Amino acid sequence: MVVIDARGSYCPGPLMELIKTIKKVPLGEKIELLSSDASSAKDVPEWVKRAGHELVEIKKEEDYWRIVVKKTK
Amino acid sequence: MNVTIVGGGVAGTLTANYLATRLRDEVRRKEIEITLISDRDKLLYEPGLLYLIFNRLEEKDILRDLKILLDPGVKFVFKRADKIDLENREIRLGDEKLSYDYLVIATGSRIVPEEIPGLTKTGHWFYNLDGAVRLRDEIAKFKGGKIVVSVMGVPHKCPVAPIEVTFLLHDFLKIHGIRKSSEIIYTYPINRVFLMESVSELVQNLFTEKGIETRTFFNPIEVDAEKREVLTLEGERERFDLLISIPPHKGSKVIIDSGISDDGWVPTDRYTLKVKGHDNAFAIGDTTDLPVSKAGSVAHFQAEVVAENISAEIKGLPPTARYFGKAMCFIETSFNEATYIWFDYETQPKFVKPNKFTHWMKIAYNRMFWLTARGVL
Ligand SMILES: Cc1cc2nc3c(=O)[nH]c(=O)nc-3n(C[C@H](O)[C@H](O)[C@H](O)COP(=O)(O)OP(=O)(O)OC[C@H]3O[C@@H](n4cnc5c(N)ncnc54)[C@H](O)[C@@H]3O)c2cc1C
Repeated sequence: MVVIDARGSYCPGPLMELIKTIKKVPLGEKIELLSSDASSAKDVPEWVKRAGHELVEIKKEEDYWRIVVKKTK
Repeated sequence: MNVTIVGGGVAGTLTANYLATRLRDEVRRKEIEITLISDRDKLLYEPGLLYLIFNRLEEKDILRDLKILLDPGVKFVFKRADKIDLENREIRLGDEKLSYDYLVIATGSRIVPEEIPGLTKTGHWFYNLDGAVRLRDEIAKFKGGKIVVSVMGVPHKCPVAPIEVTFLLHDFLKIHGIRKSSEIIYTYPINRVFLMESVSELVQNLFTEKGIETRTFFNPIEVDAEKREVLTLEGERERFDLLISIPPHKGSKVIIDSGISDDGWVPTDRYTLKVKGHDNAFAIGDTTDLPVSKAGSVAHFQAEVVAENISAEIKGLPPTARYFGKAMCFIETSFNEATYIWFDYETQPKFVKPNKFTHWMKIAYNRMFWLTARGVL
């Protein structure tokens, strides 16, 4: 699993980091995105759905969000 | 003692001129040397590129020799810095090495259209002078059809320029009687048309009013030169007759080659503008990794802070100036009207209704900029 720690970065930083990474990783790879920006919890799942990937998990940790995405195409 | 600035764009030129003014006596007594290293000997007023593509400004209006702009108290070295060694406080220029006491990194950002396959074959852009000159001819030749204005990555210079070019295109086509036989499509990587939500709403309304279509969550990965289509990560294809791209951006190669960061953005303290972990090195303008716009106004406000603090330290005064995220952008909404936004780390932008006065302020500033560059305004 590839981890992107985007905590401390603001919208659309975390989403753009995810987009950059998903372009590079092989099919089937999972990516864990950590974001302290609350709008990621909305924007990231919306983008994942639109781009046709799989949202594996989304969880609020203490002061950040953990979002796991699988590259499916 | 030596203050060295790398990069002769807006950020570097203004810093050099502010320092020369603040340290005039020290420079005269030869206690201080201010050196500006740049691989270009001219300053390009990039906001002018937006007007150049519609032939409302020419090359001579937006370029000036650094020799003319720089204060006589600044030593200009017209060379490329190959490596910045922050640990040993040295800069390598070919076989030469220069050491410094204070360093200001102002190496800016650059477009990398080659990172989107096919883009350099059929795409256009106005984010550098060569691209803008080519696009000027293309726009003049345009006889109607489909224009796609596509933001291909963030961050990029001047967040509002892609919106402005779209508004101005609408006007241009109208003036030439081909708006009705043309489509204008604006694309953006996230789920709205601009980074900031409040600005996004105003822009979306103006786009709707002008019949400009939008595509969001649109992240181009390739341009098919044969079929003249943009392909996206989301699986879409958009055909075009004229593609005006805002290509992906990167920081200067020297930042990557010096191991300062992988993408060329310098890790910078958001208030002091010091390079993280280095007390005598600063980063300003487009090259920082700060969550602020890559804008000339930001470079200008940051140059003031850094020049004030470096000169205070040299004079034994308290270096108390802080940068608080201040940014200002004009937004041209047509060839006759504009609005503007001011914002900082804690203040969201507010608008005035687009109006003629603001537009004329911008047109006047396009001439007055050369006073800013000299450190006067
Ligand atoms: C079309 C367009 C419209 C814009 N409109 C606006 C606007 O309306 N308002 C606004 O505020 N901003 C606007 N901007 C943004 C603004 O122009 C930039 O943010 C500003 O120029 C950044 O200045 P800088 O000095 O940080 O970087 P740059 O202008 O990129 O300058 C960096 C300099 O460093 C030099 N350099 C790089 N690496 C080295 C090296 N290794 N050795 C020596 N020299 C080096 C480069 O050659 C260059 O001269 C616009 C930009 C564009 C492209």
